[in-house]
Amino acid sequence: MSIPPGLIEARELTKRFGATTAVSRLTFSVEPGRVTGFLGPNGAGKSTTMRLVCGLDRPDGGTATIGGRAYRDLRRPLKTVGALLEAKAVHPGRSARNHLLFLAQTQGIGPRRVEEVLDLVGLGGVAGKRAGGFSLGMGQRLGIAAAMLGDPRVLLLDEPGNGLDPEGIRWVRTFMRDLAAEGRTVFVSSHLMSEMSVLADHLIVIGRGELIADCSTSDFIQRSSEKSVLVRTPDPDHLRELITAAGGTMTETGDPAGTTGGGAAPAFVVTGLDAPRIGEIAASGRIVLHELTPRLASLEEAFMELTAGAVEYTEASRPPGRTPS
Amino acid sequence: MTTVTGPARDVAPARDSWPGILRAEWTKIRSVRSTVWSLVAFVVVAIGFSIVVATVIASVWDKPGNHPNQVQLHTDPTTILYGTGFGFGQLALCVLGVIVISSEYTTGAIRSSLLAVPRRLPMLAAKVLVFAALELVVSAVTVFAVFFSTTAILHGHVVITLGQPGVLRATLGGIGYLVVMGIFAMAIGGLIRHTAGAIAAVIGLVLVVPPLIGLIPGTIANHIHGYMPTVAGQLIGQTAQQPADVLSPWQGFGVFCLWTVVLLAGCAVLLLRRDA
Repeated sequence: MSIPPGLIEARELTKRFGATTAVSRLTFSVEPGRVTGFLGPNGAGKSTTMRLVCGLDRPDGGTATIGGRAYRDLRRPLKTVGALLEAKAVHPGRSARNHLLFLAQTQGIGPRRVEEVLDLVGLGGVAGKRAGGFSLGMGQRLGIAAAMLGDPRVLLLDEPGNGLDPEGIRWVRTFMRDLAAEGRTVFVSSHLMSEMSVLADHLIVIGRGELIADCSTSDFIQRSSEKSVLVRTPDPDHLRELITAAGGTMTETGDPAGTTGGGAAPAFVVTGLDAPRIGEIAASGRIVLHELTPRLASLEEAFMELTAGAVEYTEASRPPGRTPS
Repeated sequence: MTTVTGPARDVAPARDSWPGILRAEWTKIRSVRSTVWSLVAFVVVAIGFSIVVATVIASVWDKPGNHPNQVQLHTDPTTILYGTGFGFGQLALCVLGVIVISSEYTTGAIRSSLLAVPRRLPMLAAKVLVFAALELVVSAVTVFAVFFSTTAILHGHVVITLGQPGVLRATLGGIGYLVVMGIFAMAIGGLIRHTAGAIAAVIGLVLVVPPLIGLIPGTIANHIHGYMPTVAGQLIGQTAQQPADVLSPWQGFGVFCLWTVVLLAGCAVLLLRRDA
């Protein structure tokens, strides 16, 4: 079976910096024709992973390939892969045009393409200005221009929205969707779940350098926005019996009686039943409730919870229920 | 902001584009101001100091204290003509040599460069070649300008021509020394990767360490001193080997080139091994 030329594959990718393991046995693939979000909190290892894929850092173990080849084996790599990495990559004394020109020359790309990508990102008017005077947003646009220089089939974008104004963010978002619609591979990192939920078709979530989730965005959202209800009762055993009988699940919160002061009853999280139904069940069993609070887990919350615990959680091995917060 | 052009095209031929990589390094070096400023400083300092020295010697020609200069202008004229001006001027080339590579690291531009040339060594090789070519042109013009201006100033007292034994070799050798000096500094810049640290290291090796070693008595210290990179390298700029010299001009130049090649090899190995 031949490997699609736009497929990014990481296999057992590992990178250590001294005693710290930045990326630990990461295995995933990024397919062409869709936007794949690379999610994780700051410091999760997203940038390191992208640098490993691009051959800037050497892995301590495992491999990263693009279309089956290591980045270093690509002879005119900018014609295959366009990368916008998080850290600055431009000499501040050099003009935007000259920055793009030297990159173009290494790939045998003509100067006309430099003007094309400058216009593409809206920097045509400041192309002769030194990049050191650029705002963060203009710098991002220059990075995107460099990534697009070789008209690559694979794009790696590390936090592309950084420093962009809302209009710029909307532009980048549309741009990435268009690129994916053309059949290109778009791999974009972010630490913001909200950003990814509207942009990505597929998500790869990492925390502390380890894979946490690799699934479609809709699947992730559906699972994450599951409702739960916080319940306090002095008679939990009886309530659990009735809730289980009604098809719900009641789990401890780790907040036993008394910790919130004033002798409060222990708190539990109930999933699978909504608050009115739980109230009716309690009433029918003559159980006293001290609190009955519906909780809507936001995507952001779900993401935080996932990454904080760094629990393995993939399509293949899904945990039975969410860990209560 | 328009939309992107058509679908991605196929992978390019599996060869590095050498002319392209060389052209890219030329674009890089010519598009930052530090290049122009360093080269201007080199030319102005080298020519300026040389003319001052020649003028001073000419004006005090018959004073008794000038006797050693008179002798040396007959036995080893190029050391007097080039010594002071290029002794100072070379520092500008050292700084430029360091900056050409260290600024890529301090600004992060190295990431762009290595994304474009991921095998890395072609980039380093092209950088060395382009910088050497630029140095060669600028040094040749400057050295000959110094030769003809200073010999003209001294013409009334002593006639020095390129046809005299050793003078042409010392003049061309001086150009070669300056070119290698810049590459030597570049190699240290690539090893240390921090502009200030690398410049300090180069200046230390050029100006500070050799005279200190020269102070140590004994033949071993004398030999160590003779093999120091710039001490050995500068011998090629002498018209003839002097009694105190450990090495001949060509041997000295060879030792200097060897130092540079070893440092450059270290730079290449680390470039391949280190994370960018």
